[in-house]
Amino acid sequence: MALPQRKTDIGPPHYKQFLPPVIQKNYGKWKYHEELTPGTMVHVGESGDKLWTVRVASPRLLSTDTIREHCDIAEKYCDGYLRYTTRNNVEFLVSDEKKLEPLKKELKDRGFKMGGIGPHITNVVHTQGWVHCHSACTDASGLVKSMMDELYEYFESKKLPNKVRLAVACCVNMCGAVHCSDIAVVAVHTKVPTIVHENFKNMCELPTVIGSCPTRAISPDPAKKSVKINAEKCMYCGNCFTVCPPISIKDPERDGVAIVVGGKVNSLRSNPKFSKLVIPYISNEPPRWPKAVAAIKHIIEVYAKNARKHERIGEWIERIGWERFFSLTGIDFTFQSIDDFTFMRDTMRTSSTFKW
Amino acid sequence: MKKKYETPLLDELEKGPWPSFVTEMKKDAQKSDIANDGLGQLEKSFRTKRGYWKHGGIVGVLGYGGGVIGRYSSLPEEFPGVAHNHTVRINQPSGWFYTTKALREICDIWDKYGSGLTNLHGSTGDLVLLGTRTENLEAIFAEYSSRGWDLGGSGSAMRTPSCCVGPARCEWANIDTLDITYVLTQEFQDELHRPAFPYKFKIKTAGCAVDCVAAIARADLSIIGTWKGRIQIDQNEVQNYAKKGMNINAEIVNMCPTQCISYDGKTLKIDDVECSRCMHCIAKMTKALRPTGEKGATILVGSKAPIVVGSLLSWVIVPFIKAEPPYTELKALIHKIIEWWDENAKPRERIGEVIEIKGMRSFLEYIGVPPHPSQVKFPRKDPFIFFKDEDFEKVYKKGKY
Repeated sequence: MALPQRKTDIGPPHYKQFLPPVIQKNYGKWKYHEELTPGTMVHVGESGDKLWTVRVASPRLLSTDTIREHCDIAEKYCDGYLRYTTRNNVEFLVSDEKKLEPLKKELKDRGFKMGGIGPHITNVVHTQGWVHCHSACTDASGLVKSMMDELYEYFESKKLPNKVRLAVACCVNMCGAVHCSDIAVVAVHTKVPTIVHENFKNMCELPTVIGSCPTRAISPDPAKKSVKINAEKCMYCGNCFTVCPPISIKDPERDGVAIVVGGKVNSLRSNPKFSKLVIPYISNEPPRWPKAVAAIKHIIEVYAKNARKHERIGEWIERIGWERFFSLTGIDFTFQSIDDFTFMRDTMRTSSTFKW
Repeated sequence: MKKKYETPLLDELEKGPWPSFVTEMKKDAQKSDIANDGLGQLEKSFRTKRGYWKHGGIVGVLGYGGGVIGRYSSLPEEFPGVAHNHTVRINQPSGWFYTTKALREICDIWDKYGSGLTNLHGSTGDLVLLGTRTENLEAIFAEYSSRGWDLGGSGSAMRTPSCCVGPARCEWANIDTLDITYVLTQEFQDELHRPAFPYKFKIKTAGCAVDCVAAIARADLSIIGTWKGRIQIDQNEVQNYAKKGMNINAEIVNMCPTQCISYDGKTLKIDDVECSRCMHCIAKMTKALRPTGEKGATILVGSKAPIVVGSLLSWVIVPFIKAEPPYTELKALIHKIIEWWDENAKPRERIGEVIEIKGMRSFLEYIGVPPHPSQVKFPRKDPFIFFKDEDFEKVYKKGKY
């Protein structure tokens, strides 16, 4: 069969054709919204129109079969409209209240999980991991599944002082806003890369490889027509590997994950914050990463018990102080949590005020 | 007959309440060799604790330099189905709204030419199709583009812009994030499809400071809605929040970063001149408080993830700009910003890094933005001051001092 005529540079289809009529009518004229349950909210327009949203968890990695199931449900209850969120949830939108409870019942019967709205844990932003990425030093989907199984009650029902945004990055490239999450898992290499010198000259550009190193640890090795790496300077970012395949940084025995906490992206109450390193290394333990998952759950439980209402993890820590965070959580403070890369000046304390 | 893989480790991840990506992969493994061998290779990764994907090769569709990420297994004999496992990025519609008709069409084409596996959505925002072979790419592109879907960005190019739900379903949107994203995506089609930039360039648009798309943390150009007017107060609704159990002094007054709110048990007052528009009170009392008056956007530049010299949050460049169709001023500003970066960056330098190297002044002067105290957390704290002769001619001779 002949292929249809291709078109170029058309850009995405116009969004308006995908907006349900109630949204078209109330576009830019919403008045307020209310969270009804952890999985349901209602938006009310100045017109008095109401739009109910039911938020459903997604593994992000979706089979076309499952997308068609989303479509079946949206056709039955939502006039054939639906949307996905920044954090990869599915949202079913109904403008007729009579359809709301039947929609929720069908979602429940089909095994879909509703939740994540308001002061809860919602879906985890994450990267591709071993499923699809060449530079992954852990699997992102597996970690996310393991974490969310364990934290599931915070998605479906149990309230927290404020939302907790979780993220997983399978290497320090950190695709997604992992560096500004309440708690994030960042997979790390911990050893200097090895080089297959005989392949270097055919596969790599010398200036690019040298230029790729943020700590200037790489210098030419003319005898081998390759490069050498100064082990004292290398901090295992893997950027040289990205530009030069004969440089290998994968190490199944030593690759692992670090836990960073206290970031946020919004400006509510306090400015956006980066996440900070509290656990530098936990070994990779597929398929369920029990140590990493337990560490995350523990931090969330200590936060839930100690933070004030509306405080995000980073705000709570700033109020109580880092020494208190480490003592409350029982996490050991190590050399790795002191910045010795580019930001030491900004991160060392310059006062003699502490909590004992 | 497809090879049936034993996947005892991955099977563990089908247990538990959270939806399982393994179940999704198994569904597609029934239909597709790519998904089936992808599952087999993933089980091996779980067993050996390492990945088996090679660096991406250069693959794509005729006339484009991006939109497809080449991916090859390093074990093609063992897992021939994923010898090629390329990703196709489809540019999502603004706000990720779909009709089921459109989604079904997307699924049907993907089942015909690819693994059936998708990401809804990728981190940048694209609808990601995971796993196809080089020889299918032209057909995939013809099928999608003839139905109105274009590819997204990849490599050293404009990346697919994305936005929050905005005015479509949010009372806090100060700007039309969906429209801005659509218009800018159309404006930069050539830059998006034909990588000619020093490195990636991301644009994200959020309707307010809640920033549901993390624009401030992961976009080279962050557009964030704000407003200049007062916060309108509905005192009856304030009382309703109090009646429902909200401790207004603890939860609202004491948490206001500028201490501009007071409450005497009857009336809530806001000293609007002192309000920094952080959104806390509005977000917690959405029925009682609404922004009013002039609305627009803050333009910030530079955020990125850690590679190579550390992560950055975006810096304020223009504290307030009108952002209404046809967005002439906004578009002109963005073109200037990109032009400066393109001229000054070495390969693989993001704009934030280049500004650090070349200096904020050089950047602001080129794009024609004057210095303003809203751009800084605090003014320079060292005495090493650069002067240009023209500063004396233009500023200090004619100024106050």
